[in-house]
Amino acid sequence: MQHLIHFNALKTIWIKECTRFLRIWVQTLVPPAITMTLYFIIFGSLIGQRIGEMGGVSYMEFIVPGLIMMSVITSAYSNVASSFFSAKFQRNIEEMLVAPVSNLTIILGYVGGGVARALLVALIVTVVSSFFVPLNIQSFGMIIATVLLTATLFALGGLLNALFAKTFDDISIIPTFVLTPLTYLGGVFYSITLLPDWAQVVSQANPIIYMVNGFRAGFIGVSDIQPAIAIGVLVAFNAVFLTVAWSLLKRGAGIRS
Amino acid sequence: MTYALEISGLKKTYKGGFEALKGLNLTVNAGDFYALLGPNGAGKSTTIGIISSLVNKSAGSVKVFGYDLDSQKTQVKQQIGLVPQEFNFNQFETVLQIVVNQAGYYGVPRELAKQRAEKYLSQLGLWEKRNSPARSLSGGMKRRLMIARALLHEPKLLILDEPTAGVDIELRRSMWEFLKRINSEGVSIILTTHYLEEAEMLCRNIGIIDKGEIIENTSMKSLLGKLNMETFILDLAPVENTVTLSTVNMRQLDDHTIEVDVPKAEGLNNVFSELSQQGVKVLSMRNKANRLEELFVHLVEQGRQDKEAV
Repeated sequence: MQHLIHFNALKTIWIKECTRFLRIWVQTLVPPAITMTLYFIIFGSLIGQRIGEMGGVSYMEFIVPGLIMMSVITSAYSNVASSFFSAKFQRNIEEMLVAPVSNLTIILGYVGGGVARALLVALIVTVVSSFFVPLNIQSFGMIIATVLLTATLFALGGLLNALFAKTFDDISIIPTFVLTPLTYLGGVFYSITLLPDWAQVVSQANPIIYMVNGFRAGFIGVSDIQPAIAIGVLVAFNAVFLTVAWSLLKRGAGIRS
Repeated sequence: MTYALEISGLKKTYKGGFEALKGLNLTVNAGDFYALLGPNGAGKSTTIGIISSLVNKSAGSVKVFGYDLDSQKTQVKQQIGLVPQEFNFNQFETVLQIVVNQAGYYGVPRELAKQRAEKYLSQLGLWEKRNSPARSLSGGMKRRLMIARALLHEPKLLILDEPTAGVDIELRRSMWEFLKRINSEGVSIILTTHYLEEAEMLCRNIGIIDKGEIIENTSMKSLLGKLNMETFILDLAPVENTVTLSTVNMRQLDDHTIEVDVPKAEGLNNVFSELSQQGVKVLSMRNKANRLEELFVHLVEQGRQDKEAV
């Protein structure tokens, strides 16, 4: 009986979250399609032709997995950060706090919404990319595992950001000062083997390296990182973020006085 | 006796040291319609926040229909429907989405939630607005939406924190009728309000809270019984001369209205006979509505004086 109650609550939060990002599709689904089309045209077609091959494939083919992953990261993060913070700001988070919704259910519901948006965006960007370069899949399992773990991790990151945020400015600080630099330095546009030795070592502390390379391994079979290591690092990060989010919600941090 | 609510030794100290509750004790009977009154900042909303799990308590115990808030939180939450003071729904969601989602958080299956939504939104006159975004509703509709939302999981205890603030008289009365009806159907109700007339009209029992403590917890009847003086407004046929009454205090408001203060023990016979002797015709009479207000102010002041004396 309790399980059914939790399942219904989880389903409700998930439907609510999906309804929200579908209602505002112009803000949530269209921008990544436009941005990524521009990336494909400028970096892939125009500049890419002069770069030639990277990692044994055309530059366009090399950057497609990274660009899809970039959209996944941004979409998962911003969906949960803005939705959860709005719920805090408008105080409709109280609708869940007064009900017997467990903290884990709240986390899974919001993260599920962020992952749903990220996957939909990934699909849209993949379809867009297929106009520029033929779709090549080496390992479907690797693609699914990496995209799910990445979307979940950044949805959890968005939730943590929203829990700590006190103003709308606070939910743009992390994307601007942390997420964007890490993404651009995360091997989306280049192979880390091109970097000097010290920079290659430093790059391995960037979690986005593992996501981009794991995803790229699934598409073109080319990766700077062993796929098993990439998955292991992602699982570990997810476990840490989930534990932190759960313990913060349990304490009522940022949501209960 | 089953209690809808049992609170003992409830304390709350906020970060920064403000002590909002100082060991509050309170019981509300099952099936009761209970008014919790107090000046602004007295601790009413903190008490409600703790009962409904929005505020963490510092000490004390809370039981709802016998379930303990510390050890049986899920069961406690299932019993309670909360209508908060401020609008706290997502302004961009539709009326139907808001109430159906709320039921979902309590584990109510979506189909059942939709059936109940039709029932309660219709009863509260909102069914026609079910597909409108909440932000487009009037203030009164938003208040009713919060009541419907609190009822979708069919709680046994409904807590309303100033539900009729800013609502016009006609709508307020229709909300009163609705609340009376659900109370008669077995839902226990706790209400905070600043409209003392509302408490008098609706509630059987009353608690007055000030500075984090209960200073009066009694039946409305016995509280009103403490009033030894009542004020009546008499509508008269227009009089040319000034009306005078020797037995009671009176004020002539205009040529056809007087206000008289009558000791409860004496009754109104003397007033009527004196008016008859002067040839004054009484057309109608009513009780002055703010008598409870006077008593409330008196009790709060007395409570503060007692504390200072101690």
